[in-house]
Amino acid sequence: MTPSLEPISELKLEGITKRFPGVLACDGISLQVRRGEVLALVGENGAGKTTLMNIIMGLYRPDSGSIHVNGEEVHFHSPGDAYARGIGMVHQHFMLVPNMTVAENLALGLKELHHFMNLDIKGAAKRIREVSERYELPVNPDAYIWQLSVGEQQRVELVKTLCLGARLLILDEPTSALTPQETDDLIVRLQRMASELAIIFISHKLNEVKALSDRVSILRHGAVVFNGQTANHEPSELAALMTGHDVVLPRNEGSGIQGEALLSVQNLCVRGDRGNLVLDGLSLELRAGEVLGMAGVSGNGQREFADALAGLRPVESGQILFGGKDLANRTPREIIHAGMGYVPEDRQTEGIVPSFSVKDNLILKDFAEPRFSKMAFLRKKEIDSNAEVLKERFDIRCPSTSTATGSLSGGNIQKVILAREISRGPKALVAVYPTRGIDMGAQEFIHEQLLARRREGIGILLISEELEEVMNLSDRIAVIYKGKILKVLPAVEATRERLGILMAGLADPDSPGDEQAEVPAGVVHE
Amino acid sequence: MNRNKILYSGAIILAVTFIAALLVALVLYSIGASPLATYKTILTGPLSDLFGVTEVLVRSVPLMLVALGIAISFRSGILNIGAEGQIQMGVIASTAMALAMPHAPKAILLPAALMAGALAGAVWGGIAGWLKAKLQVNEILSTVMLNYIAAQVYTFLLRGPMLDPNELETGSGTPQSMRLPEMAFLDTLVPGTRIHMGLILALVAALLVWMLLWKTTLGYRMRTAGAGAKAARYAGIPVERYLIVAMLMAGGFAGLAGAVEVSGVHHRAIEGISSGYGFAGIVVALFGALHPGGIVPSAVFFGILLIGADMTQRSASVPANMVLVLQGVIILSIVSAQSFLRNPYAQERFFRWFGKFSSSARKAGKGAQS
Repeated sequence: MTPSLEPISELKLEGITKRFPGVLACDGISLQVRRGEVLALVGENGAGKTTLMNIIMGLYRPDSGSIHVNGEEVHFHSPGDAYARGIGMVHQHFMLVPNMTVAENLALGLKELHHFMNLDIKGAAKRIREVSERYELPVNPDAYIWQLSVGEQQRVELVKTLCLGARLLILDEPTSALTPQETDDLIVRLQRMASELAIIFISHKLNEVKALSDRVSILRHGAVVFNGQTANHEPSELAALMTGHDVVLPRNEGSGIQGEALLSVQNLCVRGDRGNLVLDGLSLELRAGEVLGMAGVSGNGQREFADALAGLRPVESGQILFGGKDLANRTPREIIHAGMGYVPEDRQTEGIVPSFSVKDNLILKDFAEPRFSKMAFLRKKEIDSNAEVLKERFDIRCPSTSTATGSLSGGNIQKVILAREISRGPKALVAVYPTRGIDMGAQEFIHEQLLARRREGIGILLISEELEEVMNLSDRIAVIYKGKILKVLPAVEATRERLGILMAGLADPDSPGDEQAEVPAGVVHE
Repeated sequence: MNRNKILYSGAIILAVTFIAALLVALVLYSIGASPLATYKTILTGPLSDLFGVTEVLVRSVPLMLVALGIAISFRSGILNIGAEGQIQMGVIASTAMALAMPHAPKAILLPAALMAGALAGAVWGGIAGWLKAKLQVNEILSTVMLNYIAAQVYTFLLRGPMLDPNELETGSGTPQSMRLPEMAFLDTLVPGTRIHMGLILALVAALLVWMLLWKTTLGYRMRTAGAGAKAARYAGIPVERYLIVAMLMAGGFAGLAGAVEVSGVHHRAIEGISSGYGFAGIVVALFGALHPGGIVPSAVFFGILLIGADMTQRSASVPANMVLVLQGVIILSIVSAQSFLRNPYAQERFFRWFGKFSSSARKAGKGAQS
């Protein structure tokens, strides 16, 4: 495909309507975006954002309505057609081949580099260097994708899309897999790029929308409910428009007095996937009736810690004392029976079986309990009624409880997992990145659920990289850095700045007693 | 929504079958046969008389049993390509068991022979399952290799220790075992034909497999291990254990198929007794959507193809091996069709096209009325 010679000065959608069996995904949507402008398209999961973008890219055809590029009506039949007019999309899930280099990944999509019996990799690398220089997106064309961090892969996707000739970029939730630092970096880069390009930025993180976009359009139930200049509106106002009601993320208003120690982790050492010690003498105590937030830049041992707690990763040394028993190196089954609830980081493939129905996923841990089975046979009626009750109680939005869980939105999948874990009546609940990539409405609901369980006396370990979330929900905050707990501080004493400094592994400015960042193993500061 | 999906899947499967038939027609044409006449013989020939129908069912019995086992293993996340070897092991064990107790009453001997066959198949399949669970040996490699070993063991036994002594003294030296005592025979269902009680056994087995997979906690565990190993581990299901259980069952069904062939049809172990049922069973299972409700008709359909192919050899001088070509093309088509079945964009296009078609048909209908 040849890059379009004529730059995009305007993309205009008029009255786009798209109906799927039983759902009106897009209901007469009109939008426009011009060169030099960032349009934020926000809406909850299922509001129709992704369908609309797939229509622009020619993956779906609208039932009615029209698309105009530079004032001329266009009909795209495939993404190739869209690229030919300078429209490119970076998908939420990266479309990169991990065991190929950056240049080879670009060459996959550029037919003009494919000559008879010869693939012009050098040409691809040259093109990458040009683009990465021009838009200040540093990318090494010879690096293998698997060697790159998620943030770097995101840059590769951007460079690839630009190399393919896109002058209007559609970014579908580009920050959903990024750390806060990577997100800030990406937003700065996008701001610079916006002067030469047009960008449609899909997101439901309103602070990012606020930071990056010039204009914002809000979708709800497939229709545009709001258009306006971003600068004139507060995030809370946008959140209310997005969800249809005022969103107030709940806060932990706790007194700070909690029950006895529930879970006590002592000198835990755990190896990572590459055999190195990722947890190096981690100690931590979780009390009944508290939310203990674990803040930290991802990759500092959070995943391995959660795995070890759930019995999914061998423990090298140390103890996990829970209800008087040491759970280190026990099977997941034993740990589940001891009363540990777990909301895993990877909700798509670990928290659920995607091809199974909602009702089958709701009994994933309890199918063999007498409540759901009798003489080795499943009790269908009991399973059905359990699903109906939980669907109602946890506001799981699905066509029916027989729907394949994998087809639901992220927020609803998370509600399925939470419903299962909470309804089992655990003593402690470990929640790993529970609201990552989830829209405001579902986030509000999940936060309320966690706080309600705290009031019931359950101890909750909340592992998150969203500082807002940690600060809003926690009684105490533990900062993890390089496999150790650097400091545990009461949430009332935590500020963004102080946590940020601790997360970077630096000495805590507010407690002069800390001479070194690396606290000796086993010492927990209160 | 659900009805649309079924409509879509049905349309894709029909289209795939049609394309497969078309491709095979090209092959038939290239060897100088008439595709239409061949297809007509294959599809109608076997059903033209009672004997044909019963022969179709005779063929469908082992296909059904093997395919049920395949469905269990595939659903549990392990691809069993070793049914061929498991059948042969089943044949040997059931024959040996029946010959070892020639004077036992039927109530003991027949079940004992069938059980021995199932057990031997289970062991042979279990080896691959164990290797996968404990040593992460790819099950496709191990089952295929076990097929070769089983084939050699089978040949050795039939030509050596298990060879019928009469063949050595008076016969032609055909490699086959002694004839089973009659107490080890499966009863014939229709006098004068070869259809036997094995058909009932296979149908009951289909019902049991359906109940196992979708009604029991064991089936839930196995399907969870197959559909999402990571989630299964997270939920406390020891995935590796169920890989072994699945292969034991899959091998057991293949071994049972072998035993049923011996006591229902041939009444002795002969060379080539498995006649490719182990591989055809995979096609039957896939064509039946890995579900007992699909496998039963699918096994009958392939029974028709097998008998039909024999008939074309006689009537239209098309080699019976053409059925193997047809099977191969069908596998490729089904596997290719999966990408369409899972592609929401293709589905959307189909309904756009279908919507146009049906609305214009409605218009045409109205036009005709007025």
